[in-house]
Amino acid sequence: MQLVLEKRAERSNTIALVSPLIAIGLTIATMSVLFAILGKNPIVALGVYFIDPLADSYSLQEIAVKATPLVMIAIGLSFCYLANAWNIGAEGQFLIGAVAGSWLAVKTHGTDAGLWVLPAMLLLGAIGGALYALIPAICKVRFGASEILTSLMLVYVADLLLDYLVRGPWRDPKGFNFPTTAEFDPVATVPILIEGGRLHLGAVITLLVVVAGAVLLGKTIMGFEIRVVGAAPRAARFGGFNSNRLILLTFAISGALAGMAGIIEVAGPIGHLQPGISPGYGFTAIIVAFLGRLNPAGILIAGLFLALTFIGGEQAQIAMKIPLDVTKVFQGILLFYVLACDSLILYRFRLVSSSPKVSRGVA
Amino acid sequence: MRKILLAAAAAVVAASVSFGASAADKLKVGFIYLGPVGDLGWTYQHDLGRLAMLKEFGDKVETTYLENVSEGPDSERSIEQLARAGNKLIFTTSFGYMEPTLKVARKYPNVHFEHATGYKRDKNVSTYSGRFYEGRHIQGLIAGKMSKTGVLGYIASFPIPEVISGINATMLAAQTINPNIKVKIIWVNTWFDPGKEADAAKALIDQGADIIMQHTDSPAAMQVAAERGKLAFGQDSEMIKFGPKAQLTSIMNNWGPYYIARVKAELEGTWKSEDQWAGLKEKMLVMAPYLNMPDDVKKMAEEAEAAIKEGKLLPFKCPITAQDGKEVECKAGTHLDDGQVLGMNFYVKGIDDKIPGK
Amino acid sequence: MGLLEAIILAVLAASTPLLLAATGELVTERAGVLNLGVEGMMIVGAACGFAGAWLTGSVIVGAICGMLAGVVLSLVFALMTLALAVNQVAAGLALTILGTGVSGLIGSRFVGEKITTAPKLYIPGLTDIPFAGRILFGQDAFVYLSLALIIGASWFLYRTRGGLILRAVGDNHASAHALGYPVLRIRMFAVMFGGACAGLAGAYLPLAYTPFFIPGMTAGRGWIALALVVFSSWLPGRLVIGAYLFGAVTILQLHAQGAGLGIPSQFMTALPYLATVIVLVLISRARTGGSTAPAALGTVFVPDR
Repeated sequence: MQLVLEKRAERSNTIALVSPLIAIGLTIATMSVLFAILGKNPIVALGVYFIDPLADSYSLQEIAVKATPLVMIAIGLSFCYLANAWNIGAEGQFLIGAVAGSWLAVKTHGTDAGLWVLPAMLLLGAIGGALYALIPAICKVRFGASEILTSLMLVYVADLLLDYLVRGPWRDPKGFNFPTTAEFDPVATVPILIEGGRLHLGAVITLLVVVAGAVLLGKTIMGFEIRVVGAAPRAARFGGFNSNRLILLTFAISGALAGMAGIIEVAGPIGHLQPGISPGYGFTAIIVAFLGRLNPAGILIAGLFLALTFIGGEQAQIAMKIPLDVTKVFQGILLFYVLACDSLILYRFRLVSSSPKVSRGVA
Repeated sequence: MRKILLAAAAAVVAASVSFGASAADKLKVGFIYLGPVGDLGWTYQHDLGRLAMLKEFGDKVETTYLENVSEGPDSERSIEQLARAGNKLIFTTSFGYMEPTLKVARKYPNVHFEHATGYKRDKNVSTYSGRFYEGRHIQGLIAGKMSKTGVLGYIASFPIPEVISGINATMLAAQTINPNIKVKIIWVNTWFDPGKEADAAKALIDQGADIIMQHTDSPAAMQVAAERGKLAFGQDSEMIKFGPKAQLTSIMNNWGPYYIARVKAELEGTWKSEDQWAGLKEKMLVMAPYLNMPDDVKKMAEEAEAAIKEGKLLPFKCPITAQDGKEVECKAGTHLDDGQVLGMNFYVKGIDDKIPGK
Repeated sequence: MGLLEAIILAVLAASTPLLLAATGELVTERAGVLNLGVEGMMIVGAACGFAGAWLTGSVIVGAICGMLAGVVLSLVFALMTLALAVNQVAAGLALTILGTGVSGLIGSRFVGEKITTAPKLYIPGLTDIPFAGRILFGQDAFVYLSLALIIGASWFLYRTRGGLILRAVGDNHASAHALGYPVLRIRMFAVMFGGACAGLAGAYLPLAYTPFFIPGMTAGRGWIALALVVFSSWLPGRLVIGAYLFGAVTILQLHAQGAGLGIPSQFMTALPYLATVIVLVLISRARTGGSTAPAALGTVFVPDR
């Protein structure tokens, strides 16, 4: 007798609904044990992580601010992943988008440029990110070079380019040579939505992106092509779909969204270009994309939820002196549980008496 | 997802009622750290300062820190979280926190902020930093005496003024002993990557440097120098453990006295915004014991240290000739003024290299 | 000691952790599993390796602890991706987050401690040979072990039946399964081997490179190891060349700076990554019909009844 996983005939909608609950339940159980080992009251600790950040408008705003870039990038990545194009270099596209948009902010700094500056910056950011994403995509379709690797390598290159620019040509002349550009002018800054808070227009743009993503995937021929190419590449080829074109297209879309997220972050919460503008948003967004099951609405929820654990982790450090490492462990465990439980939507366990004979792979 | 959260809420609210009661009268002091508290370098020293302050005031204060706070978009939130949690005095310990600190400070006029290594202040924001170049001057003198090959190896992090002024102070001092002294500089583009710092130290030694200096945070270079039988200077903290036969001295950042003074002012209600740029005299920098050198060199170093403390020895004393052969303007009469040092972006004559990005 | 000899010695040391981790990942990927969590397994290996060596005073115990830690973490990954059919990219990234946290929790109490690093080999006579002596006979055990491992892996993959089966599993899990091979069990062993190698690579840093532990000390080397595997186009011989090439570029750019060549340091630091992209394109271009990646790499396998 052994326990084996087997594919369900069709996806289980029941599991799809309850699996996040099971995952959170398992996480809570595991973390309670860990908190108890560390000598912290598990109930209080979990309250600080999950409940306190939801209890006041300040923290809710902060969750939205933190989730904004994650969700925007993850929406773009979901297009890639659905089409079986493995862009894991969104971090680099985020940085290049920030650089491209900031170029305009630096050039117009101190001039009386009008309200066109910010929209133009966002556009430049999207173009910059898209072009940068096209490098691995072109290497892939033209030369067959693995896009996983090239997109990842280009992250480091983007990081160093940004570093070079803010330490050299774009450095604030009045900034004692410290590595940052001057603070952007008001016309080059993403407006705040609620006075005194940090919630900015980027959150609204992100919501629009979520809606647009859902429409594009669900209601257009392009969305259909993406899903077919990803789910059944052979069938897609017989159907006359050009998978190379889709790789280029999905990379460009995800690059554009990552780039826009980059410039929004720089022109919004940060306010100037500097090294280290991203605490790994591009990589965290990959996890958000999968947690959200590559589905726009799911990604929105997943992004908000992950943001909640960041804010909660910080409040746990303050209120209970729980080290940051515990928050990382907490996030890692949570991700594993959610991913594992989601697996049960498509698969189920069965007890079998002997080893199977006939089989096929699920690609 | 929401449902179970809300369901759990009742239990938690009940549990946290008993939790919030303590620590009503204590002064709450918050710290924002760039690295992990165990980085053995920059953040580690700030945390030692926090602990020293805690020891001084005991029950009167309560401290909280947030570690590994990146200088990007997260820092403003982290600082605000500390302000919201009731901290009345908040130290933000890295340059990149400058704008976020100022933004949060405008929102919380009743909270006092202290930003390390920055230059922008406000009525509730002070700045503080160490005159690290004073220690570099002493190291330069020692290096000038101790180097047999006449080549110093310098592991530099990022080409910011703090690092460049350190290189210049070292060379100006070393040139007074050995006018032909050379320095080889490697920029590792990181504050912290022990493996890379070790590689850089090896490369410098292999190119003929016999004294290793560093402006990065880990003891890796010290340990390489020890292994190769060369001499080295520590950085940020005491690194003698990693090179008992190699460490000449180390510039140790000593934030404790400053934190004690500022918390004291806060407790007494005398805190006001100011700029504290302190050095050896105020003990914000402390030189580790002078070891592994002959007595006359040790004596020279101690005398230089004393002279700097008394204000008799100025590391950036004029005339100073820049790399391009032009004499640097002497804004403070006899020496460069603080603004020139804080914004230093040139090499002095005798450095055969170019500042990256210039 | 001449400059060239010194550079070669530095390159050997800098390349060893890359080669160790990449060897494990190569075998893992050959079996069709893409584990992006190398960095996470390495950093836990570094923390546990240091802890083991510090507590017992033995570098060997430390190395074993590092390997075991890597294996434990890789088993978490195997459970997720093999038993539960979770997407490998997502699970690998989650593994890195988890690993960073775990390593910090374990390692924090050892910060500031120092151990004696692994001794260098010394064979009287041989090690004293000018130039070649120190390079061939004067390294620490990890350097020889890393070479032995990749030679062993190469021999296993190409000269044994087990290796043939493993590659078959990586190229077409459905056929391998149809032939009666236990696909998931083979993949699990491959993932565990990858974990052991990554753990050992991480342990190398505090045990032989710098005699202390600091959180985050792997500083992205796990990601470079991943790059190397693709750079090598999954061939062990090329992996060795790639690892030493990468180490060489890293060391040489430091030397170029020390010599005052005046090239922007950011450009020099970016060079290895750019080189990887370019070489990858060239390799892929030279071959018709795409890359030599194991055909089933990164795909989920669930036996169907």
